[in-house]
Amino acid sequence: MIWWATAGGVVGTLARYGLGMWAGKRFGTAFPWGTWLINISGSLLLGWLYGEFTQQHLSLALWMLLGTGFCGGYTTFSTFGYESLQLMERGEYRRMAAYVLASVVVGVVAAAIGYRLS
Amino acid sequence: MKDMLFVAAGGALGTSARYGVQSLLPAAGADFPLGVLLINWIGCLFLGWFFTVTLRSWRIKPRLRLAIGTGFTGGFTTFSTFAVDAVRLTVHDRILTAVLYLLLSVGGGLFLTWAGIRLGTKMTEAVPKEERI
Repeated sequence: MIWWATAGGVVGTLARYGLGMWAGKRFGTAFPWGTWLINISGSLLLGWLYGEFTQQHLSLALWMLLGTGFCGGYTTFSTFGYESLQLMERGEYRRMAAYVLASVVVGVVAAAIGYRLS
Repeated sequence: MKDMLFVAAGGALGTSARYGVQSLLPAAGADFPLGVLLINWIGCLFLGWFFTVTLRSWRIKPRLRLAIGTGFTGGFTTFSTFAVDAVRLTVHDRILTAVLYLLLSVGGGLFLTWAGIRLGTKMTEAVPKEERI
């Protein structure tokens, strides 16, 4: 099972890298839109996959490949933390609070919506 | 193109490491998702430290920084599992645990990132006393 997760993780990590670079060019770097978009879309997808998996519409191998692997490698908690602290160190407390709240609240809501859709 | 290879290699190692920790520690459901909490905490502390020391003074090839920071640490930690774990606990009627998990993940993660940055700053500004005179 570890190979399914690893394969998915490689694709997810590359997708995050690509989308992050694109978002940096498209929206600038004043607000971490790239990581925000990645974490929200990944939470929505994983919520849906989790629902499908618990209803046994998804095999364990596919859950490992797409859930643990792809979504896990695609989304990132450490970059979310680092970017929040960067905003704080620049003295942009409001922007930091907005980033943290928008990530956590919208992320959990997106995961719940994904789960409901399954 | 070569950058992508480094990111991919780091992502492969990070995901495998997360898989290993997740299979050893309890996942969400009836239990408290301790595995993902620890993974995200460790990843935050490490990334704060690593990005600080490599930015301030430690010479490291940009591609290796990409492989370890973006690839490995990014692939190791996960935001989607954190969000779904919170939903999972709610589905199991463990609302209070879900709230506690959210607060511990976010509060602990931000604090540990801060601690990692501070540690990295201290380590790179430590100049031997003789040289200061």
